[in-house]
Amino acid sequence: MTMVDMPDDVLSLGGEKFTSRLIMGTGGAPSLDVLDQALEESGTEITTVAMRRLDPVARGSVLDVLRRRGIKVLPNTAGCFTAGEAVLTARLAREALETNWVKLEVIADERTLLPDPIETFDAAERLVADGFVVLPYIGDDPALARRLEQAGCAAVMPLGAPIGSGLGIRNPHNIELIVEAAEVPVILDAGIGTASDAALAMELGCDAVLLASAVTRAQRPDLMAAAMRAAVTAGRTARLAGRIPMKRYAEASSPARQG
Amino acid sequence: MPDLRRAATDSGDPAHFSSYDVAVVGGGVAGLSVAWRTARRGMSVVVVDPSPGSGATHASAGMLAPVSEVTYTEEPLLRLGLASLAMWPRFRDDLEGESGIALDYRSDGTLDVGYGADDMAHLEDLASFEESIGLRVERLTGRQCRSLEPMLSPAVRGGLLARDDAWVNPRLLVRALLAALAKAGGALVDERAEGLAADGDRVTGVRLASGEVVEAGAVVVAAGSWSPALVPGLPVRPVKGQILRLRGPEGFLTRCVRGLVHGAAAYLVPRGDGEITLGATMEEMGFDGRVTAGAVYELLRDARELVPGVTELELAETTVGFRPGTPDNLPLVGPLGPPGLLAATGHYRGGVLLAPITAETVAGLLTGDAGLFEDPVPQVMRACDPGRFTPGRLSP
Repeated sequence: MTMVDMPDDVLSLGGEKFTSRLIMGTGGAPSLDVLDQALEESGTEITTVAMRRLDPVARGSVLDVLRRRGIKVLPNTAGCFTAGEAVLTARLAREALETNWVKLEVIADERTLLPDPIETFDAAERLVADGFVVLPYIGDDPALARRLEQAGCAAVMPLGAPIGSGLGIRNPHNIELIVEAAEVPVILDAGIGTASDAALAMELGCDAVLLASAVTRAQRPDLMAAAMRAAVTAGRTARLAGRIPMKRYAEASSPARQG
Repeated sequence: MPDLRRAATDSGDPAHFSSYDVAVVGGGVAGLSVAWRTARRGMSVVVVDPSPGSGATHASAGMLAPVSEVTYTEEPLLRLGLASLAMWPRFRDDLEGESGIALDYRSDGTLDVGYGADDMAHLEDLASFEESIGLRVERLTGRQCRSLEPMLSPAVRGGLLARDDAWVNPRLLVRALLAALAKAGGALVDERAEGLAADGDRVTGVRLASGEVVEAGAVVVAAGSWSPALVPGLPVRPVKGQILRLRGPEGFLTRCVRGLVHGAAAYLVPRGDGEITLGATMEEMGFDGRVTAGAVYELLRDARELVPGVTELELAETTVGFRPGTPDNLPLVGPLGPPGLLAATGHYRGGVLLAPITAETVAGLLTGDAGLFEDPVPQVMRACDPGRFTPGRLSP
């Protein structure tokens, strides 16, 4: 990377600028130390935490780890089933953490943890009106992504596959369609299993990747975090470089005549 | 509960406590075990706790399960657990013999079961890891699981049997430790410790809420999640656990049953008297003592998936406990820096399992006699040196 001139490639999100395009989650980490090492290796500048089983003022918890590292805390509404719960949780988080950012997550059922589009949209409208910077977790639905952007969300966060599944990006075409239409950042959220999944997300044009389990549940979380950091950088760089078109047949790399 | 308080004040004036070789702050399983093993070596020992056994130990399920609880990244904790598990039979024999109280110690193993393909893949992953580090584990089919435990749901697809895992009733353990401690000449001051007394750098005793001081040559902080109140900066935090106790016919289950229910871990621990302990949540909620509807619902829902018959049992108790968690999940055992100050705390989910090795290590450090070990601090215990977090920066 040091030889390449890429000066202005920063992520603008919610009116702030970030150099890292890897957003981490904390769920599934076996200990605070393991999480701490993984966060360091990931180089992340934003990390999301579930508000529903966390006391923001409790001493020595995951929030202390984030504060010590100067990582921006992105509260999320994981575990909410209704717009009402999500709005309430976001407001409690804003009060406790003094941030108006929220990763909005309203799930439809516990088996798949897929996001409920109608409740999510409802909550997004209410939170935007209430002055929040809203980052909604959604299915890979280009129409919904567009509607949420129009409703004033600061980004859209389509899934690659269900939370914790590690299945990668099941519908790359839809992710491309979302990227193509979006004027706000697109953050690939959920489904990442390994480094190539993260690289693919960036190659498809996503602005950032959010992941947790792929790192926290890996055999060596610190190593996987380092791999994800490199993958996000590689994928982003490849996207900026512009890939060659895919062709049906071979094309000699050193042809006799150059056109 | 034996009246240990009287032993402390026999000298006459009830408001004046005599001086002891060792004061242990905290009467949970860690503190009481340290006190008992130290008293047995001939030292005068006092435990300071307004209500012994009422903290994390009271909520604990009492599992001695280093094998089935193993996770990636935590091999030092596994080695420590295995070493302590190996010490448990002798610890139990001594304790039951001296206290006359049976601990309901059972060693029939843990059966870890799975449902869907995802759960089975996880169990296979776990089994491969366990084998790769030399642990003994058996793969069973669903039918084999159910022939061992007929109350298991027919939906169980398979499981792992960790035959070496055991468990005790932690509440009987506390009663036995108090009785054995009394017999070994130990004393109890049932008041809250407010802080440490010090002469310059040296810790000289424990200051009580009443303002009195229990003088001691050495102080062992074994106050679990409350330890930082005595030693500011100690990296121990409360990790809330909600746990249920059900009551049913004896023999409803014969082994510890664990299971993944759609990715969430649940366990059921049967006792000789028909009680079944069902746990547990892990919540970073500080000292929030509330039992929540959602936790009770989810624990019962998941347990019912594993063992459908549980919903016919009596819901006897809902309990909240605070596991003393550390940043690396390993306990803090050993000298804290200031002369005369030691720690036996931060045992997180493993206080009962790690009681024998903790007690023997601290008793060895206090008496200068390694006892059962070749070195005062056994190799597996060295990872628990409190100095790993704040070397030289703790003060009384």
